[in-house]
Amino acid sequence: MPATPMSKAEREQGDARVFDLSQHSLRELNEALHKLTPGSNETAWEVLNPKGSHSVAVGVDQPITIDVRGSVGYYCAGMNDGAAITVHGSAGPGVGENMMSGLIVIKGDASQYAGATGRGGLLVIEGNASSRCGISMKGIDIVVHGNIGHMSAFMAQSGNLVVLGDAGDALGDSIYEARLFVRGKVESLGADCIAKEMRPEHIELLQGLLDKAGVTGVKASEFKRYGSARKLYNFNIDNADAY
Amino acid sequence: MAYHNPPTTPRKSATFDDYTLSEIRRAAATGIYDIRGAGAKRKLPHFDDLLFLGASISRYPLEGYRERCDTSVVLGSRHAKKPIELKIPITIAGMSFGSLSGPAKEALGRGATIAGTSTTTGDGGMTEEERGHSKTLVYQYLPSRYGMNPRDLRRADAIEVVVGQGAKPGGGGMLLGQKISDRVAEMRTLPKGIDQRSASRHPDWTGPDDLEIKILELREITDWEKPIYVKVGGARPYYDTALAVKAGADVVVVDGMQGGTAATQEVFIENVGQPTLACIRPAVQALQDLGMHRKVQLIVSGGIRNGADVAKALALGVDAVSIGTAALVALGDNDPRWEAEYNALGTTAGAYDDWHEGRDPAGITTQDPELMKRVDPIAAGRRLANYLKVMTLEAQTIARACGKNSLHNLEPEDLVALTIEAAAMAGVPLAGTNWIPGKNGF
Repeated sequence: MPATPMSKAEREQGDARVFDLSQHSLRELNEALHKLTPGSNETAWEVLNPKGSHSVAVGVDQPITIDVRGSVGYYCAGMNDGAAITVHGSAGPGVGENMMSGLIVIKGDASQYAGATGRGGLLVIEGNASSRCGISMKGIDIVVHGNIGHMSAFMAQSGNLVVLGDAGDALGDSIYEARLFVRGKVESLGADCIAKEMRPEHIELLQGLLDKAGVTGVKASEFKRYGSARKLYNFNIDNADAY
Repeated sequence: MAYHNPPTTPRKSATFDDYTLSEIRRAAATGIYDIRGAGAKRKLPHFDDLLFLGASISRYPLEGYRERCDTSVVLGSRHAKKPIELKIPITIAGMSFGSLSGPAKEALGRGATIAGTSTTTGDGGMTEEERGHSKTLVYQYLPSRYGMNPRDLRRADAIEVVVGQGAKPGGGGMLLGQKISDRVAEMRTLPKGIDQRSASRHPDWTGPDDLEIKILELREITDWEKPIYVKVGGARPYYDTALAVKAGADVVVVDGMQGGTAATQEVFIENVGQPTLACIRPAVQALQDLGMHRKVQLIVSGGIRNGADVAKALALGVDAVSIGTAALVALGDNDPRWEAEYNALGTTAGAYDDWHEGRDPAGITTQDPELMKRVDPIAAGRRLANYLKVMTLEAQTIARACGKNSLHNLEPEDLVALTIEAAAMAGVPLAGTNWIPGKNGF
């Protein structure tokens, strides 16, 4: 989807630090973000002309806001620890990989491995996510407004993956303790992943996540929950066919 | 007097030998393959098959105790703002907390620091024990990403992207439930007591082009300060080295099949990957073909035991070597003083390789609070430092005898091979001949 241009009011507001990637290098951007200290006044950043650049705003560790005006390449917001980063476009593979805390919002679609190994924070994808969404997730919450691709939540350890649309093949293969909530159709479940009962505490948890992600008009009760059957937690030769 | 038919001596099969028979019985009884550590145990072409020539009329030696022989090495000068400077070209390989106890990790850090070299984390994150006691610490970036976080990434002195390891090129890991203590479970974000599988592929990249982008991300997160190593198992050393260089690595680590404190299936350890000796020349050749030899540093590991092994690896073009098994032995692993306990586990000192089971009598590869008390990190660290210093002195002794004022001045021309196989693999002449198998069409 096209980049959202800044409004006239935003430009005139002038309190965001604007960083134009057509004028400055990626390295300058990330170094400037890493130099921020807890007391910094530069809490609002705007990145222009990302044009598919990889590693935009990676390793940020301060509670600032960053608006990226356009689509990004691989690993945007990688290892984010506390920032609120919005991509006004689509994101390439590995967006928000290994996020520690904070918020990442993708206005468009996300490619493979969105939120891979994330440990905390919330990743919201307002479009669709491709394959391996939430792979090896370790505590992150991911909310996808659209569909997700195959092998999503592979070896997912902890955290919550919420999908308003459909999920592709082999959802939650070899999953550990992560919770998966899917509103639409699941093409197939992976090894050791099963449908589970939606108990009141899950409805409450899910509703909280939907609220946090700004989802309206959708009820938690419309979702099904999936998680680990825990049959592969300790190796047993008689389960060898399951792998 | 009647002549009785003489009995023939009972003869066991070379194919179905005692070990093979016992393994068939074990598999039949248990229904599971054998998992162990300690790398390939079969006899392989190795550094023992090479000899140094020493000085002669045409080469004169350096004075053993008077003339300097440099042992230092700089790793990561290609791109990193802060390359690593080591006093000796012998580093400590990655071994995880979880696999090893906290005191054992501390001992590795202490020993390496005294000797002026680096130690490496493993598949379980960075612990305070090792960060606090290691002057130079390499942080592994593994497929499982257990314990991975940007704070530790920035606390590291270098980052090692692990694509594979010698014990199991193409294999993931498994830490059995009995080693998953509360602390290990927390660091790995998994429930206590369950088997922890480590993935064999990275979750967010595949192939050399993605690796290049992944390395860019790691450099951006750490502001281009840290050297980035890429570690591969000894599978296709020429192409893996070339691709790692293409992807932007500062240092390439090639781990041969004798390497492997990592636990995996016996059948995997003994049948996948190449011996260390077979990996070196192809890796060096790749660097030379790209004009990157000595610009991108090469570290080789797998079966390094003494200063002669170090000197031979360096003579073949390596910049540094790495030790894992030998370091554990220096700490006290497989020590005969625990023989009675090894016997109780059905093994003997020197053969114990069930490091993954957490019952290590030496207290090194365990999370059992009582067993791990057997490792005094200060004393064990001192032993490791002593061992590293002896290896360095040994390598210097050989280098001086070859007339070299730096270990890195050793060269293939200083070597001959005792076997045709070793001559072919190392690319040096068979002893007593000028024949290098495979060279010039012969």
